[in-house]
Amino acid sequence: MSISILYSVFLLTSLGAIAAIILYVVSKKFYVYEDPLIAKVDDILPAANCGGCGSPGCKAFAEKLVISEDISDLFCPVGGNNVMKQVAEILGKEVAEKDPTVAVLRCQGGCDVRPKTTEYQGPRSCAISSLVYGGETDCQYGCLGDGDCVDVCDFDAMYMDEKTGLPVIITDKCTSCGACVKACPRDIIEMRPRNKRDLKVFVGCLNLDKGGIAKKACEVACIGCSKCEDICPKDAVVMKDNLAYIDSELCTLCRKCVDVCPTHSIIETNFPPKKVKKPIEEKPKVELATKKETQLEVKAKVEVESEKPSTNA
Amino acid sequence: MKLNQKNQVQMLKTFPKGGIHPAENKITSSIAIKRMPVPKVVYVPIAQHIGVPSEIIVERKDKVHIGQVIAKSGGFVSSNIHSPVAGTVTKLDMIVDSSGYKKQCIVIRTDEKDESNFENKEYPLKKDITMDQKDILKHISDSGIVGLGGATFPSHVKLDLKNDNHVDYLLVNGVECEPYLTADHRLMLEKADEIIVGIQILMHALHIKQAVIGIENNKKDAIKVLKTASQVDERINVAALQVKYPQGSEKQLIKAIVNREVPKGGLPMDVGVIVHNVGTIFAIYQAVQYDIPLMERVVTVTGKKLDAPSNFWVKIGTPIKDLVEEVGGIPEGTRKIVNGGPMMGKAIKNTDVPVTKGTSGILIISEEEASRQESKNCIRCSNCVFVCPMGLEPHLLMTLSEKGLYERASAEDIMTCIECGSCSYVCPSHRPLLDYIRFGKNIVKKLQTVKN
Repeated sequence: MSISILYSVFLLTSLGAIAAIILYVVSKKFYVYEDPLIAKVDDILPAANCGGCGSPGCKAFAEKLVISEDISDLFCPVGGNNVMKQVAEILGKEVAEKDPTVAVLRCQGGCDVRPKTTEYQGPRSCAISSLVYGGETDCQYGCLGDGDCVDVCDFDAMYMDEKTGLPVIITDKCTSCGACVKACPRDIIEMRPRNKRDLKVFVGCLNLDKGGIAKKACEVACIGCSKCEDICPKDAVVMKDNLAYIDSELCTLCRKCVDVCPTHSIIETNFPPKKVKKPIEEKPKVELATKKETQLEVKAKVEVESEKPSTNA
Repeated sequence: MKLNQKNQVQMLKTFPKGGIHPAENKITSSIAIKRMPVPKVVYVPIAQHIGVPSEIIVERKDKVHIGQVIAKSGGFVSSNIHSPVAGTVTKLDMIVDSSGYKKQCIVIRTDEKDESNFENKEYPLKKDITMDQKDILKHISDSGIVGLGGATFPSHVKLDLKNDNHVDYLLVNGVECEPYLTADHRLMLEKADEIIVGIQILMHALHIKQAVIGIENNKKDAIKVLKTASQVDERINVAALQVKYPQGSEKQLIKAIVNREVPKGGLPMDVGVIVHNVGTIFAIYQAVQYDIPLMERVVTVTGKKLDAPSNFWVKIGTPIKDLVEEVGGIPEGTRKIVNGGPMMGKAIKNTDVPVTKGTSGILIISEEEASRQESKNCIRCSNCVFVCPMGLEPHLLMTLSEKGLYERASAEDIMTCIECGSCSYVCPSHRPLLDYIRFGKNIVKKLQTVKN
């Protein structure tokens, strides 16, 4: 009895020992030298494996960083300048500094402002919809609302707003990996610089149609009136094919264009609400702002009121 | 069972692999082609054919007469476009066309005072072919003739043979396998003699010795009429074919009639065959014998709930809403309006879309007929594989496209799919097979162009 136990113990131990020797020999014989720097750099990288840098995964990017002599055109958008600085320290190479960016949605055509004129029953995917036709609304430039961008986002930084049918970007979670930009067949999502308080001013429309047609398809479309171009003190607004575009490098976030836009197609984000009390010379602007605010308030009230009966029912 | 099949094959020719037989619904087959009243405004798109869009050569406020070239061919695989009416160019505008996107259009307002718009000229049958080969081909190319079966491939490209002796068969496609559509059927009944002359013109120009007109057996009257008409020329035969969709597809028709298989990625020319639709043949007859460019075509306007479905001679550029009004307006409970037949046609966004050279029918389908049902999981019944006329595996191609495995899809010959939609038609789980396959084809095509 005890002998049979001993036998099996001996057998298994010797098997283990032989296997260990074989493994040791093999690991020495077929050892592949890998630069220890690669592992070090890989540790620093955010391990998101999003592909935003252009390499398939962080490990591949680390290899690329170590191998290439000039890494000034390589950048990890997720880690940003911080990570790149650390990488530069380890490798002793120079890296380019880039301003942090964030994805923005250049379309405001929700269900309430952009009426649906047709109905599509095929597979819900932006890529297929855009192949087949110009979308369920009369605007053939705006968001298709099938959520391809949300599907590709690895960081849970996007979700579909069921009320408007448009995707929403959660700026805090967005790592600017650019996956959504590639996924969108209409090029609606753009990477714009992110400053400290995440203040942004941009045109939330891509409609190239003439004013009347654009406005008919969508209430908040850019109608190409050029008012923003005229008022911009820094020439940051460029008009092309009936559409305004705000150059983020020239824009000083003065928000003059936001106020003059007749269709409210210029979006401002995260600005504190405008103070009503302001120096006298800026009076007209204040009036406009207050008007807008009161409008918003009224809207909110209406919404609250309209919700009440529905809860009762 | 086997014997029965064999008997059928002996009786009527057809292609051997796959195919379906949807309900025919040829409501308008006994209704003669009427002429549509001249529209007040025509919207002529510059991209009505496969290939390079034409170049506009008129300007705003220009006066144009009937048959004037308003956009000239933009390359070899392209085609001239002629003004279908006499009038004034009011704008060059972007209009939603049958692709669902806004495309460049020439908008012409008809001149109400110009009599040439309203005169109905009689064109007696002209049998003598006086032109030589070169002239015929030039006429066809100048007249802007494209394949009127629906693919709108410029005809002169098909006829540009590098080696004349190579082609020994001219096949004339009078199959019209799409349910509902009867445009070709009516044309064959009403213009049989002209079609025979048209065939003779092509045979003369290309030195082809034999021609076969393929007609499905559900059009017995057309078979009879054309058989009688073709007695004048013993080189022309009529072949009655078994009723099966998609027999009107070029490759399937060639297999059915002359039993030759067009190689993968090849053209009918590679097996010594040229295929033309009966509508194209009639257009060629008119262009060569009377010098009339392609400005109008037969369009079937049909639907189960319509007051008066009918066939019309329609000027290119006529808005579809004019046609719909002519048949009594859109009935209640309409789900979609389809440009083309129910199998391969495309739903249009609105009725402002103009009739183009490729519009063979306008189909108005009701809610019950057209609504898609919810897509369920694949149950591996392999019905799609049985019906695929190209011998593909549609379920596999769909999955590969859906998962983004485009290279494997390409290896599984996704590009040979003719998009007939038989797979989607038979799928018991209502899976959107063709939607995904078409999407996959598009991506594979892009990848291939990048590679090259």
